[in-house]
Amino acid sequence: MMAFLFHRFDKASLVFIVALALIAVFVPVLNLAVPDGSTFHIPTYLVSLWGKYLSYALLALALDLVWGYCGILSLGHGAFFALGGYAMGMYLMRQIGARGVYADPILPDFMVFLNWKELPITWYFFDHFAYALVMIILVPALLALVFGWFAFRSRVTGVYLSIITQSLTYALLLAFFRNDMGFGGNNGLTDFKDIIGFSIQAPATRATLFSITAVMLAFGFLVARSMVASRFGQVLASIRDAESRTRFLGYRVENYKLLVFVVSAAMAGIAGALYVPQVGIINPSEFAPDNSIEAVIWVAVGGRGTLIGAAIGAVLVNFAKTWLTGTFPDFWLYGLGALFILVTLFLPKGIIGALAARFGARGKGEAA
Amino acid sequence: MKKLISKMAVSALVASSLVASIAAKAEDTIKIGILHSLSGTMAISETTLKDTMLYLIDEQNKKGGVLGKKLEAVVVDPASNWPLFAEKARELITKDKVVATFGCWTSVSRKSVLPVFEELNSILFYPVQYEGEESSKNIFYTGAAPNQQAIPAVDYLMENEKVQRWVLAGTDYVYPRTTNKILEAYLKAKGVKPDDIMINYTPFGHSDWQTIVADIKKFGSAGKKTAVVSTINGDANVPFYKELGNQGIKATDIPVVAFSVGEEELAGLDTKPLVGHLAAWNYFESVDTPENKDFIAKWQAYTKNPKRTTNDPMEAHVIGFNMWVKAVEKAGTTDPSKVIDAMIGVSVPNLTGGLSTMMPNHHITKPVLIGEIKADGQFNTVWQTPGTVVANEWSPYLEGSKDLIADWRAPLSCGNFNVKTGKCGGKG
Amino acid sequence: MLRRLTLILGLLIGLASLESQPVWADDANIVLKRLATDNYGDIETGITALAASGIASSEAVLNALADSRLSYRPSDKAIFFKDASGQWIDAATNALPSEQPTGLKPVKVNNRVRRALDAALGSMTLLSADPQKRMAAADAVFKSRDATTLVALDSVIAKETDPVVRQHFEEARAAVLILKPDASETDRVGAAEKLGQRGDQDALALLNSVTEANASFVVVAAASLAAKGISRRLALLSTAQNAWYGLSLGSVLLLAAIGLAITFGVMGIINMAHGEMVMLGAYTTFVVQEIIRSKAPSLFDWSLPIAIPLAFCVSALVGLLIERTVIRYLYGRPLETLLATWGVSLMLQQAVRSAFGANNREVGAPSYMAGVWNLNGFQITYGRLWIILFSLAVFLALLGVMRGTSLGLRMRAVIQNRRMAAAMGIRTPVIDALTFALGSGVAGIAGVALSQIDNVSPNLGQSYIIDSFLVVVFGGVGNLWGTLLGALSLGLANKFLEPIAGAVLGKIILLAVIILFIQRRPRGLFALKGRAVEQ
Repeated sequence: MMAFLFHRFDKASLVFIVALALIAVFVPVLNLAVPDGSTFHIPTYLVSLWGKYLSYALLALALDLVWGYCGILSLGHGAFFALGGYAMGMYLMRQIGARGVYADPILPDFMVFLNWKELPITWYFFDHFAYALVMIILVPALLALVFGWFAFRSRVTGVYLSIITQSLTYALLLAFFRNDMGFGGNNGLTDFKDIIGFSIQAPATRATLFSITAVMLAFGFLVARSMVASRFGQVLASIRDAESRTRFLGYRVENYKLLVFVVSAAMAGIAGALYVPQVGIINPSEFAPDNSIEAVIWVAVGGRGTLIGAAIGAVLVNFAKTWLTGTFPDFWLYGLGALFILVTLFLPKGIIGALAARFGARGKGEAA
Repeated sequence: MKKLISKMAVSALVASSLVASIAAKAEDTIKIGILHSLSGTMAISETTLKDTMLYLIDEQNKKGGVLGKKLEAVVVDPASNWPLFAEKARELITKDKVVATFGCWTSVSRKSVLPVFEELNSILFYPVQYEGEESSKNIFYTGAAPNQQAIPAVDYLMENEKVQRWVLAGTDYVYPRTTNKILEAYLKAKGVKPDDIMINYTPFGHSDWQTIVADIKKFGSAGKKTAVVSTINGDANVPFYKELGNQGIKATDIPVVAFSVGEEELAGLDTKPLVGHLAAWNYFESVDTPENKDFIAKWQAYTKNPKRTTNDPMEAHVIGFNMWVKAVEKAGTTDPSKVIDAMIGVSVPNLTGGLSTMMPNHHITKPVLIGEIKADGQFNTVWQTPGTVVANEWSPYLEGSKDLIADWRAPLSCGNFNVKTGKCGGKG
Repeated sequence: MLRRLTLILGLLIGLASLESQPVWADDANIVLKRLATDNYGDIETGITALAASGIASSEAVLNALADSRLSYRPSDKAIFFKDASGQWIDAATNALPSEQPTGLKPVKVNNRVRRALDAALGSMTLLSADPQKRMAAADAVFKSRDATTLVALDSVIAKETDPVVRQHFEEARAAVLILKPDASETDRVGAAEKLGQRGDQDALALLNSVTEANASFVVVAAASLAAKGISRRLALLSTAQNAWYGLSLGSVLLLAAIGLAITFGVMGIINMAHGEMVMLGAYTTFVVQEIIRSKAPSLFDWSLPIAIPLAFCVSALVGLLIERTVIRYLYGRPLETLLATWGVSLMLQQAVRSAFGANNREVGAPSYMAGVWNLNGFQITYGRLWIILFSLAVFLALLGVMRGTSLGLRMRAVIQNRRMAAAMGIRTPVIDALTFALGSGVAGIAGVALSQIDNVSPNLGQSYIIDSFLVVVFGGVGNLWGTLLGALSLGLANKFLEPIAGAVLGKIILLAVIILFIQRRPRGLFALKGRAVEQ
């Protein structure tokens, strides 16, 4: 396993992994061990905020894997992210138990509120963390498998595929909005108390969640990296660049696509699961097509087909968003809009792509 | 090169924490957070509330501020994005050190920030009518609970319009669901048959109302006087009312009483075909009191727009803000934990000529007004409660909440005390 | 003449009802003063009394009350109404007072008062010279079922020459009779048959309220027979009605998508700013209406025809600007256009928000778009009818431009083979810019129509963008006919699913069907035929 993960490992990847490892260690230390007044203290809200950025980075990484290396522009990756998030949210909801406002030991508050008497089948077993973990990966992966099996087998490609992935997430958005679905309707799931016994509001839990997110991002990167750097990855790239030619050479294109799509969906699901406890809410707006389009934009800003770039793009755009919405609440959309336009016009390969080209340090297998 | 990039990420992290610690140092003003969406779908409703808060803070500063210090507004844009609300709330409290926040419109945004305000023990003033079923130590609800809006409206229709058949139409989210559940139970308790109640839910931003309006028309022609109780939210209202006008449903045939349509929403509509349809609120711009006239004059002068309308959630912010000022002066400090205790029992004049009081359940007393839409986009108050109404934060008409009460005074100090079991829920 | 007739009618009504005796000039003040109050119940009884009083000014007073032109002087309860020239007329004398009164309070109106007014005016205008008014009066009586009008009705039915109006009078009479307990059995059975012929919801409602408690067995049987007939008819009608709704939703989708069929379908630009072009068109309509309202209110009905070319120009210009500054650098990189146009869309939304404010703006409907055309129970709202016709007109015009003009020819040439077209001397950059401007302009035109049925707010475009892309893709990229068919079939499918599954579930099912459909036909309904293996 490890050998597979570190197969054909280059210097840039090493730096990225080391940086993530350092962040995973030092951010919690600076948050917990350094006293409040110190210049080096990192406040807890920043830890959660950056935890959110890193989970977005993992989503961007998943998207880059399918879009950057296999040419599948998914405008519905937010759906996998949100499904993973819902699985985690349902676990956290069950953990509240009798501490909900209606003090019902089994039913979450919103069900009591709607006068439901029994727990729907979809919610069974979610009080077990292990079951939730399995679901976090399984549900998005299964959806991707079914959807991809249909779509790739009938050779839906390009814009058509993008639009039907968008329809997929839009349909799920509408479905999860419905209160009758039993996932909390528009309000979604919120007011979580604790996760495997630790209070979700405690700084130590937050710091740990942050570290786990950083580690998962590193792990996701390793998986993606080893996939694209292998022979498998070369086939993916050839599908991206000339799908028919690859097919005529005898490769089962749809199987390659399906595998990478499913892996990517599972990664997005994990990202969503990490996102929910740090943000404190999961609701249907995560399925909104806008969110998925934004994820595509992170990848494009950072640099499509660079993996590291996707992650950095996600962090940069979200950091810009946080900063702009706080500093220029009335004008921030101009800034963000202009950023997208300028990046497309002047940095067609994204920030990382442009930097790489400038310094001539273009790694092998990193074709943009 | 790649090192450079990873270093950039790390240094950005450090830099932002530096910014945070520097920002915390300037403390010669009292900071008030304003957490209303200025972009995205909710900007339509929330932008005005941001302006209202800026106006109120400006007015207070003209009077010399609070406790001898000037107030300073910290405006952020949560962009109609619910997780962003939580993030921005945290930022306001920890980074900007605001002592109170005025914000949120939708229930989901409030639910999203609630854990943040409780964890960091700060204060949120929530100005919008909502479904009730909540009482948090850290939130003051200045909008109406269902019994301060929906139930009096239904009573009015039953008594004055002799309505016997009811369409409960709403957007599919928690406020309409709860309100309709409460109304359904209430109507049944009043002897309305289940056949005479039609419930319909539509998604957010629903724009094609042809089928539903036709259904309403059909339901309404069964020989009994019919009314529509609408909890349709924001954006969907304009196409809904336009379709009502198109299909020629007049208020004299099937009146529609709405709980989410105020002066701001009507400003986007040609109201001539809607004359006579109703709305239930705790305030109308057309209310004829000296307080209200004074407020409107000053507000329009502040916004430099002689046509700028006012509405109910704005009044809620006026009341909430004045209560906060009074409570701070009473407590002698802006420390949220002291102000929270000082808030209960504070009374300030509302704009409809009465006094509103903060009750121990963190909701305020309000009069209920029923108004009919006029051709000029204003409301004509046709009925009004004689005094103010106390909010039922936990509805007695719902199975799960009929035994619950909220009382934040010591020694009870509980938002969901079960009178049957004698236990405070949520505390284990 | 008219006044005298009204007077006679008043007399008739007065004689028919024992409660209210006719009142003459001296007593006019007493009746009128009943309106000088804030109590809606008193106003309501005042209206009934006034209608029955035969006072010369009563019709004018009631009309004034209906238009909120009626006021009273609190000091002496004298009633005044404003005439067309804006002068106060004393209602008691029906003449200009010696001096214009001051300190008046308006007489307030609510739904109860409005209903009483409709009923009163209805019975008073049964003899109006204008057949339209007589018909409206008959309909008012149909609703109020005021038994005191029976005598008058009988006399006007005998005199009426216009068959349509007579039909309405007879229906009104039937509505009064069917629930009148002291009417003869033959009359009531006849009424049931008459209502059965009318055959709409209102008639059904009346027939359904006939029960053993208030009618004899024969009447109930006749009523239920008539009601069954109506129900059968209505069930049939509802299918037709659904089809109509579907058609009109389809036309809205077509309008929203048609500009995109050019910029995305034909040019291949994933134009996320398409919705904002629609929004700009809607805001142009708003601005045009504002100017007309303040400068030339009489032209209001012309506001939409004026707005259409302007909206086209505004959106086309903005489109041109976007093409020249952003998109022209991105040809051949369709996915990157997604990113850039998304940025453009954010900026345009914020620009509109900064310029016009975040809330909705009012766009009024011209008079010819208001109202319903009732075809024997099949209801066609004029607003929707215009939108359907308009969308088809826009579609045909666009098709005409693409097929029949030299610009269209060049456009198609460039799209089919850019390099070949360039070699033939076509200046491709100019054609690109014009094509994009055309698509944007058409989106702007759509905005004019959509402003009539939806919010005019900065979010307007966002709510149509997903549906628009779906329509174009479903119909087949690059084919205008596909867009037409795609829009109409999605509209129809949606409207036939809605009554069965509900609005939300219906839409979810539809999305699932589209996803599956794309699996069957990966290039949409009308795939472009070509030898290229892939794009």
